[in-house]
Amino acid sequence: MEHYLSLGLRSIFLENMALAYFLGMCSFLACAKKVETAVGLGLAVVFVQTLTVPLNNLLLHHLLAEGALAWLHPALADVDLSFLSFILFIATIAAAVQVVEMAVERFAPELYNSLGVFLPLIAVNCVILGGSLFMQERDYDFSDSVVFGLGSGIGFAVAIIALGAIREKLSYSDVPAGLRGLGITFITTGLMSMAFMVFSGIQL
Amino acid sequence: MSEARRNDVNSTRHTIVFATIVCVICAALVAVAAVTLKPAQQANALLYKEKNVLLAAGLIEPGDKIGTAEVEAIFKRSIRPRLVDLATGELLSEAGHDARRFDQRAARNDPATSRSAPDNLAGIRRLPNHGVVYFITEGGNVDQIVIPIEGLGMWGTIYGFMSLDSDGNTIRGLTYYDQRETPGLGGEIANPTWQALWHGRKAYDPQWNVGIQVIKGVAGPPENDPMHVDGLSGATITSKAITHLVQFWLGPQGYGKFLTHFREGLTL
Amino acid sequence: MSAVLPGKASQPIFGPKERSILLDPVLLNNPIGVQVLGICSALAITTSVAKALVMSAGVMLVGMLASLAVSLVRERTPASIRIIVQLAIIASLVIVFDQLLKATLYELSLELSVFVGLIITNCIVLGRAEGFAMSNPPWHSALDGLGNGLGYAAVLVVVAFLRELLGAGKVLGVTILPLVKDGGWYEPNGMMLLAPSALFIIGLLIWALRTWKPQLQEKA
Repeated sequence: MEHYLSLGLRSIFLENMALAYFLGMCSFLACAKKVETAVGLGLAVVFVQTLTVPLNNLLLHHLLAEGALAWLHPALADVDLSFLSFILFIATIAAAVQVVEMAVERFAPELYNSLGVFLPLIAVNCVILGGSLFMQERDYDFSDSVVFGLGSGIGFAVAIIALGAIREKLSYSDVPAGLRGLGITFITTGLMSMAFMVFSGIQL
Repeated sequence: MSEARRNDVNSTRHTIVFATIVCVICAALVAVAAVTLKPAQQANALLYKEKNVLLAAGLIEPGDKIGTAEVEAIFKRSIRPRLVDLATGELLSEAGHDARRFDQRAARNDPATSRSAPDNLAGIRRLPNHGVVYFITEGGNVDQIVIPIEGLGMWGTIYGFMSLDSDGNTIRGLTYYDQRETPGLGGEIANPTWQALWHGRKAYDPQWNVGIQVIKGVAGPPENDPMHVDGLSGATITSKAITHLVQFWLGPQGYGKFLTHFREGLTL
Repeated sequence: MSAVLPGKASQPIFGPKERSILLDPVLLNNPIGVQVLGICSALAITTSVAKALVMSAGVMLVGMLASLAVSLVRERTPASIRIIVQLAIIASLVIVFDQLLKATLYELSLELSVFVGLIITNCIVLGRAEGFAMSNPPWHSALDGLGNGLGYAAVLVVVAFLRELLGAGKVLGVTILPLVKDGGWYEPNGMMLLAPSALFIIGLLIWALRTWKPQLQEKA
C-alpha cells in the first residue's frame, strides 16, 4: 500500500510530467489561458492517461515482449517484438482518444464544444505517449501502471490549472511588448518548475 | 484534384487498400531495421556492461577508448565470470551456465528465475535466484571480485558494479553506470572523482557486519575512517540511497552469504 | 514527373523559393520560438551539446523523410485516415532512427532514453506533415521538413551550449571553464543543469527575437 501511495505522490508532485520532464508543453502553453479550458483539458488527460498506460502495459507484456507470444503457440516463444512498442502505443492512444471523444460528445456536449480541437490533439500529446514510454522503461507491472497513469495525469492537470490561473492574473499586468504572451509564459513556467523542485527534498 | 478522382481516393475500397499497403511497407521497413541491427545492439550492450566491470576493477581508466577487441582480450586473460546462488552463497558449476552472457536484469524480472525480495531499504522489489560474480585473476590467483549492485535512487533505479579485494572486505573500486539522478547533484555518483573516494575503504566492521556508509560531510582518509565515504552536497536522498543499496548487496540478502564462503576460501 | 519536381526547365532545383523554404524556419518562422512547436524535448535534453546535436539530427532526418513520404502519397491518401497514415510513417521512421542509434551511439542513446520515441509526437514533425507536406510537392516538402528541423536544432544547440557551459564549464565534454572542484576557478551555476533554466533561456531568446522583429509581438 505504501509503495502505491509513494508512487502516486511521486508521479503527481516530484516527477510532474509538465514541470519536471516538460512533456505536453505545446498544449500546456497554448491552452492554459483560462482556468475553465485548463480544467477541461486536465480532466481529459487524466482519463486518457489512466486508460492507456495500463492497457499498453498489458499489450506490451502479452504481445510484444520477448517470449510473450508463447501463449499463442510454443514455437513463437523466442519472438521479440518489443521494437514495435512505439507504434503499438500510438495506436492504442489514438483509439482511446477516439473513444473518449465520442463519449464526451455524447455525455458532456458543453465540455466537448469548449475543448474543440484540443481533444483529438491529446492523441499526440507528449504526456500520454511519454507515460507509456516511461512505464516501459521503468518495467512497471500492471498495478504500478494504473497508479502511475492516474498520478501522472493528475500531475499534469494540477500544473496546467495552476498555469491557467496565473495567466488569468497576469493579463492585468504591464508586461514588456517582446515578452507579452509566449515569453512571459515560458518564464512563469520556469518559476513554477523551480517551485515544484521543493518536493524533491521529501523522501517517500 | 478532379471531383471523380477525389471520390475514387476517398472510396472505402481505396481506403482499405491504401491503409494495407502503408502498413506493409512500414512494417517491412521497421522489421528489416530491427533484425539487421539487433546483433550490433546486443554487442554494444554487452560491451558497455563489460567496460563498466573493468572500470570498477580499475583495469581500465575512465576516458580510455576501448573497443570490443581489447575488452575481449582482457576478459580472456584475467576475468572469469561465474554464477552464484544468492540464497545459499554457493558457486554454481560452469557447465550449463553462461555467466558471461547472463542478463541479471532479465532474470530479476522473470518470475520463473526470481523471487520477491523481503522488505528492504534499498527499494528492491525482486531478486534473481542467481547472481553473477566476476573473478579477476592476476598471476593465477584471484586478485579482486566484481559484483553488480542496484537499488532505488531518487529518480529511478541505480545500477553499478563494486570491486572487492581478495580479502573480501577492502573496496577496490566502484562504478555507477545507469542512473537518472539529478545532473550535477545526485548525478555526481557517476563522477570518477567521487567514485575514487571509495578505494581502500572497508565493507565490513571487525565483527563482519556491513558497516560501509555514505555520510553527511567529509570523511577522513581510508586508514583513519575506513567505513565512511563523503556524501554528495545537495544530494541527500541519492546519498542515502547509495548507502542502502550498497549495504543490501553486501548483506545476507545479496551477496553476503557468497562473500562469507569466499573469505573462507573456495576453489573456482 | 511534375508531381515530384517543381517544374522542369522553368524552375530551378534550388532557387530563391527553395532557399526561403529551407531557411525561413531557422529565424523568421522558428518552430520553437514563433510557431510554438516541439518544445517538450527542447527543454529536457539540452543539458549537453552532444545530446542536443543527436536529437536535432533525429528531428531533421525524420522530419525531412516523413514530409517527403507524406507528400509523395498525398494525392492518393484518403481524407479519413490521413492523420493516422502520417503517424504511421513518422513512427516507423523514428523506430528506424532509434534502432540505428542503439546500434551505433549506444551510450548516448541511454542518455536520450524516452525522448527519441517522443519525436513521434513532436509537434514540429506532425505539424509540418499535416500543414505543409499534404499540400505541396515532394522536393519542397522535404526542404520544409529539413528547414524546420534546422530551426529546431538552432534553438536546441544555443540553449544546450549555454546550459553546458555555465552549468558544467564544458562544451561537448571539453572543459572550457575549469571548475573549482577540479582545481580551477569557475564555480558552476547549478541552476543551469536543472530543467527550469531551459525555460528561462528560451523565454529570453523569444524576448530578443520579438524585440528584433516587432511584427511577431502579441497584441496586449
